[in-house]
Amino acid sequence: MRAAFVRGLTAAARLDPRVMLLTSDLGFKIFDEFAGEFPGRFLNVGVAESNMIGVAAGLALGGMRPFAYSIAPFATLRCFEHVRNDVCYHKVAVTIVGLGAGYSYGHNGPTHHSLEDIAVMRALPHMSVVCPGDPVEVEQAVVAAAAHGSPVYLRIGRAGDPVVHRSPVRFEIGRAITLRDGRDCALISTGNMLPMAVEVSDRLGASSISCRVLNMHTVKPLDEAALRACATETRALFTLEEHSRIGGLGSAIAEWLAMNRVSCPLYLFGAEDSFAPCTGSQAYLRALCGLTPEHVAESIASRLASVRSC
Amino acid sequence: MLQARARAVRARVLRMAHAGRTPHVASALSCVDLLVALYFSVLRIDPAKPEDPDRDRLLLSKGHGCMALYGALAERGFFPEAVLDEYARDGGRLAEHPGPHCVPGIEAATGSLGHGLPIGAGLALAAKVRGANYRVFVVLSDGECYEGSVWEAALFAPAQSLAGLTAIVDYNGWSAMGSTHQAMDPLAEKWRAFGWSVQEIDGHDVEALASVLAAVPFEPGRPSAIIARTVKGKGVSFMENDLEWHYRPPSDHDLQRALLEISG
Repeated sequence: MRAAFVRGLTAAARLDPRVMLLTSDLGFKIFDEFAGEFPGRFLNVGVAESNMIGVAAGLALGGMRPFAYSIAPFATLRCFEHVRNDVCYHKVAVTIVGLGAGYSYGHNGPTHHSLEDIAVMRALPHMSVVCPGDPVEVEQAVVAAAAHGSPVYLRIGRAGDPVVHRSPVRFEIGRAITLRDGRDCALISTGNMLPMAVEVSDRLGASSISCRVLNMHTVKPLDEAALRACATETRALFTLEEHSRIGGLGSAIAEWLAMNRVSCPLYLFGAEDSFAPCTGSQAYLRALCGLTPEHVAESIASRLASVRSC
Repeated sequence: MLQARARAVRARVLRMAHAGRTPHVASALSCVDLLVALYFSVLRIDPAKPEDPDRDRLLLSKGHGCMALYGALAERGFFPEAVLDEYARDGGRLAEHPGPHCVPGIEAATGSLGHGLPIGAGLALAAKVRGANYRVFVVLSDGECYEGSVWEAALFAPAQSLAGLTAIVDYNGWSAMGSTHQAMDPLAEKWRAFGWSVQEIDGHDVEALASVLAAVPFEPGRPSAIIARTVKGKGVSFMENDLEWHYRPPSDHDLQRALLEISG
């Protein structure tokens, strides 16, 4: 997704001379072409995230549309109060780019994992939280964020995330994308869980379970119409995210169901409320908390069986 | 003339703290002369055009001193005097720390310390990128200089040659619970070491402040820093250098005594 981000940013910068990129000393070589094409609109601010976010807010107050880029926990948690006060309180057009969703930085360890960022970013007034599902979406999400005009948190994977969309897709902040239709249940995923969601649906299909796949790439604001359709047209909702089950997509949907008095069984697939207990690759750490297509598909099938009986 | 403005702003500060029953009166009195020099002599601003893209920007990073800011903006004509009655009133626009664009003339919301200088650096950078000519002035407190983000920005601004940025430290020697000298001294040397062009000055000599501030940038290609030696509670003898007045709102009696003193 990193390369897709740079492509999207280049497209956005060509469209709008206000688009600018700040990085807190991350992205070795990947921004060289961008910096060459847009002199003065790329800046490595150094290893200082709080200052980067404040500077981004000042740039936006001065008429620019900055993107502030770092590894997700550094871009969100390290400088959280600057995001809150400088960006959100002023409601300025800053996009914060968090690289390394979930366990993307596997062996780097829990300091580099990002399992709380959706929770804290979506708690902020005026903040939109966007987690594109594949590189095709990332590219378009960057252009959409640049045009958004208010704070955006853009959560992306790392390198090597598989492409899901084989044809062009219309990406709009706040508008979920249905990838598979289905009537038995809906699997609602966000961010880099999209390829797994599609695979789970295909596996269930082979067992004659019709599983809708809804890509809720925007966790805030939720696409309420698409969500309501899932809750009323299928028998159970499942959420899938590479994020803590506390405060992420699943929580947002649980809140929505409760507040809107929509009754539908809901189960959350996500990371445990813990730091990774050992070192591991992204695939290994996902598997530790049950985030594999096999486990999710089996779990959905058995849970649906119990829904059927009640 | 500047002294008369400063007296008028001090009176407003005292009345606001008294009517709103709020703390931080001494912090506000500490920076009145700085703000008067800026608003009445230095800043290229037009109160009739508070959103002019080319206006100079002033950010009060020590947001708790905002009674002085509100008072100075009213004195300068950014909004009617009566707006000050909304200070610390339910439903009003003026909080004890300024909100974003709560009234004309407020450039940034502050209150949590260590935010104004990074934002100011971003504004100065935007001017540079866009080829605009406005200048940015950020007023910090000395207690605020404990915050790491101040020094992140202090490293950043000289590295980016932000000559359009001026930091003014209201160095009254006090943070909320004690003296700052042990941690801060020598403060000018610290800013100099980070690459700023620094001058130290009496922060209550409005005429001298106006002439020093008119000379920024002190060196081409560098941001400027002014260490303004100030007195917390300046102008009211019984408030000066007494931390009680970081917290205590003036009573009716305190207000009368204080107003008499500042009217000289």
